Amino acid sequence: MTLAEQVQYQSATGALSSVWLLIAIPLASAAVLLLLGRKADRWGHILGCASIGASFVLGLWYFFTLRGLGHKAVSLDLFNFIQVGRFKVDWGILYDPLSATFVLLITGVGFLIHVYAVGYMKEDPGRRRFFGYFNLFASAMLLLVLGNSFLMTFIGWEGVGLASYLLISWYQDRPAAATAGKKAFLMNRVGDAAFLVAMFLMFANLGSTDFATVFNGVGALPHGVTLAMALLLLAGACGKSGQFPLQAWLPDAMEGPTPVSALIHAATMVTAGVYLIARSNPIFDATSLGQTIVVAVGAFTLLLGCVIGCAKDDIKRVLAYSTVSQIGYMFLAVGLGGGAYALGILHLLAHGFFKAGLFLGAGSVMHGMKDQTDLRRFGGLWRYMPVTWATVGLGYLAIIGIPPLSGFFSKDPIIDAAFARGGWQGWVFGLAALLGAGLTAFYMTRLFVLTFHGKKRWTDDIEHPHESPGVMKLPMILLAVGSVAAGGLLVYGGFTTWLEPVFGTTEVPGHEPNRAMMIGISLAVVLVGVAIAWLLFRRGTALVEQPARSPIVRAARENLYGDVFNETVFELPGKLLTRAAVFFDGKGIDGIVTGLAAIVGGSSSRLRRLQTGFVRSYALTILGGALVVVAALMAVKLG
Amino acid sequence: MTPTYYLVLSAALFCVGAVGVLIRRNAIVVFMSVELMLNAGNLALVTFARINGSLDGQIMAFFVMVVAAAEVVVGLAIIMSIFRTRRSASVDDSNLLKY
Amino acid sequence: MTHVLAHPLAGQVLALASPGAMGTGEKVAFWVLGIIALGCAIAMVAARNAMHSALFLVVTMFCLGIFYIIQAGPFIGMAQIIVYTGAIMMLFLFVLMLVGRDVSDSLIETLRGQRTAGILVGLGLAGLLGGGIARALGSIDAKGLEQANATHGGNVPGLAALMFTRYVFAFEVTSALLITAAVGAMILAHVQRNGEKKTQKEQSRERFAEGNHPAPKAGPGVFAHSNSVATPAILPDGTRSARSISPLVEPRELTAEDTRPKDTLTGGGNQ
Repeated sequence: MTLAEQVQYQSATGALSSVWLLIAIPLASAAVLLLLGRKADRWGHILGCASIGASFVLGLWYFFTLRGLGHKAVSLDLFNFIQVGRFKVDWGILYDPLSATFVLLITGVGFLIHVYAVGYMKEDPGRRRFFGYFNLFASAMLLLVLGNSFLMTFIGWEGVGLASYLLISWYQDRPAAATAGKKAFLMNRVGDAAFLVAMFLMFANLGSTDFATVFNGVGALPHGVTLAMALLLLAGACGKSGQFPLQAWLPDAMEGPTPVSALIHAATMVTAGVYLIARSNPIFDATSLGQTIVVAVGAFTLLLGCVIGCAKDDIKRVLAYSTVSQIGYMFLAVGLGGGAYALGILHLLAHGFFKAGLFLGAGSVMHGMKDQTDLRRFGGLWRYMPVTWATVGLGYLAIIGIPPLSGFFSKDPIIDAAFARGGWQGWVFGLAALLGAGLTAFYMTRLFVLTFHGKKRWTDDIEHPHESPGVMKLPMILLAVGSVAAGGLLVYGGFTTWLEPVFGTTEVPGHEPNRAMMIGISLAVVLVGVAIAWLLFRRGTALVEQPARSPIVRAARENLYGDVFNETVFELPGKLLTRAAVFFDGKGIDGIVTGLAAIVGGSSSRLRRLQTGFVRSYALTILGGALVVVAALMAVKLG
Repeated sequence: MTPTYYLVLSAALFCVGAVGVLIRRNAIVVFMSVELMLNAGNLALVTFARINGSLDGQIMAFFVMVVAAAEVVVGLAIIMSIFRTRRSASVDDSNLLKY
Repeated sequence: MTHVLAHPLAGQVLALASPGAMGTGEKVAFWVLGIIALGCAIAMVAARNAMHSALFLVVTMFCLGIFYIIQAGPFIGMAQIIVYTGAIMMLFLFVLMLVGRDVSDSLIETLRGQRTAGILVGLGLAGLLGGGIARALGSIDAKGLEQANATHGGNVPGLAALMFTRYVFAFEVTSALLITAAVGAMILAHVQRNGEKKTQKEQSRERFAEGNHPAPKAGPGVFAHSNSVATPAILPDGTRSARSISPLVEPRELTAEDTRPKDTLTGGGNQ
């Protein structure tokens, strides 16, 4: 898109004028489920699944309607939200190819996970409330991707934060879960604050947060303002997507039930950051420094996620760090700009399928293994849960990028594009992405082998691991199919062209002549990773944690000191400041007040001793006073 | 010899009365000391009348006497009623109004 | 002036008050009566017995009354003698007799330093006032009251003229004050009876109630060695009855000398 070209959205007509239903249906369902209380316990989960299913069907219909339109982007002003003087905010919806894609991802994958959760949460007495939260989350996420201004996006953004807090802390009687929810909420607030400041900048400089106004006006702004906006939006995106330096909450969020991990922390919510950057592509296009920083953040985070993922023994933690790392790839892609935006979104979609499938598989394993999550205590499970084995296996092959599964079509072009950036940056980011691919292959192979192959290393209380019920298996199978097919279908179905109205170009910078060579190299790296992991772990692993011999292992087990860093740099000064304030308040301010009171009280209790009750003492005082008065009078009058 | 002597005598009597109020504990004696102070004041008033050649001072002394009589009646009644309840006429015993 | 007070002595006393400097008679009267008045005032404060204090005060007031007469105030002087020394001081004596239980103060001062401080402050005030007056007025001459007394034909008509003209309002107010004081004194002195008067029946029941002795109390000295009021009665069981003697009387143990037979039968008391 050239800057001269004006961003314009046609008004929605016909079928698309009811696009707000996408948000309203899950929201109404959430309201019913949460307000109706126990009365809805018996059919609550059905309503929850039905509402998101209805949204999915509607989303499909709108999607094909949009395909048939010429202008490919419609906006719908619903009502006036805030109007104070010249300040005016409308409650509006923008439905364009990017939104449509996200809507399908959220409602499609979301629907599958809803169905899965029906089985997974069967024993939980609060299942109806759980589905209420799930619907609330879905509607907030839909508002996030459908809003026609940054403010609308922000409202959805906060709704998503709220829902994720509620769902991470689902097992609220566990201190770890409660703390994890709080941690996620607080770290998200850091990013949200940055997002807010970015919106303040838009208001101050452009007078509006409408996408159209902002994108049309951003070219005329000074570079400093644009850079500040870009960096603040990036910070907001980092908070929501678990990117460095705000990545620490995402792995802890695995304290929630597994469907929560699959829906929120793999397939949809964490992609909100990617969506935000992709949506604000005109801002990032206007500042190449900002783009470079996005790329750097993505590259660093993807390596960080991989390294920590290699060191974890908890199946959900490994997947969580894998998510961190894969979103790093997406950031890398959207940071590269141009056609790579579409690559990032492509990878996001593919990732949505295979990561959701992997998480559901992990949940299925836990379901059969009495909620254990320790990789060292699995092994040999393929015989007992063949469907899980197959679906996780397909997701695993997809994530490491084995052709022709979806990861191959989505990740390799990103590595390619990173190298294509040229110069030292191209080498650095490209090699990081390539190394990340190898590491991903390593830790995913480790996870897969330790879980499903090798000897049984179960704890004594497990005798017969069982396959999950059908209501859980079906979503897993569907997601596995998605993992296999999505990438190829999207690439050959013209996905990048579909997104062209949003990003303006489909041209992916790449070394066209070296395309085959690049594929070969990355495949080789992946296979090396797989081979090393296979050799190391095919016989299983030690049952207890091994002493960390190298500093890098130690660091990886400590989450690369992310928590330690946060605690020392942010928490400790805050604690000290609080303590100092408490001390100052207690000793200083209270000291002055209570000290004054003590002085008054003490001197009063001494002074009141003068009130002896003896009339003669008082008379003596009076006479003494008279004596003084007479003396003074005489001293004045008589000299 | 001038009327000033009367005034000095009056001052001396007044102070004797004041000392009596301060050092005696029997409420009736304290009252008598107060009367002595009033009388000292009367002496001064009568002397002023003579010095100024005006009868106003004597009128004042007359009023002081009237007020003193009223005061003595009420004061003695109070002392009586206190004595009835506390069996004591010592001013030191009525010291409840304190810290 | 003699027509006001017909008695010749009064005329002589009044003659002492000369308009200008004080005459010799007045000087003598002042020094004699002044020393008596001051001395009696000090004695009043110093006397341990309240009755003595009252009598000393009577003397002081009497002297003051004479001073008033000397200073050409015969009415005020007589009022002083009649009202103060006659009425008010008698009221004091009356109350002293009623409250007579602790007529004398103990010499121990309960408030630490009160006596010393009181005397010091009194002396200081006396010094300041006396010195100040002496220094301020020095040896001024009195105008005398001859003219003022003569205007209305005498001291009493002069006072009456002032009191019922210029001071009539204050005069009326003092009447209200006196009424109030009288009513107040009545209220303060009045004793309210609590409840109904006991009937004979109730009194009889109380007498035979638990813990009371229906029989008359034993008199002092009954069955005792001595029949003194200080000797408690001995009850049939041999104990001494505390109820038989007045609480005001100190119980007294008899010494061997007291209980020795006094040879009253032989009549040889002093052998």
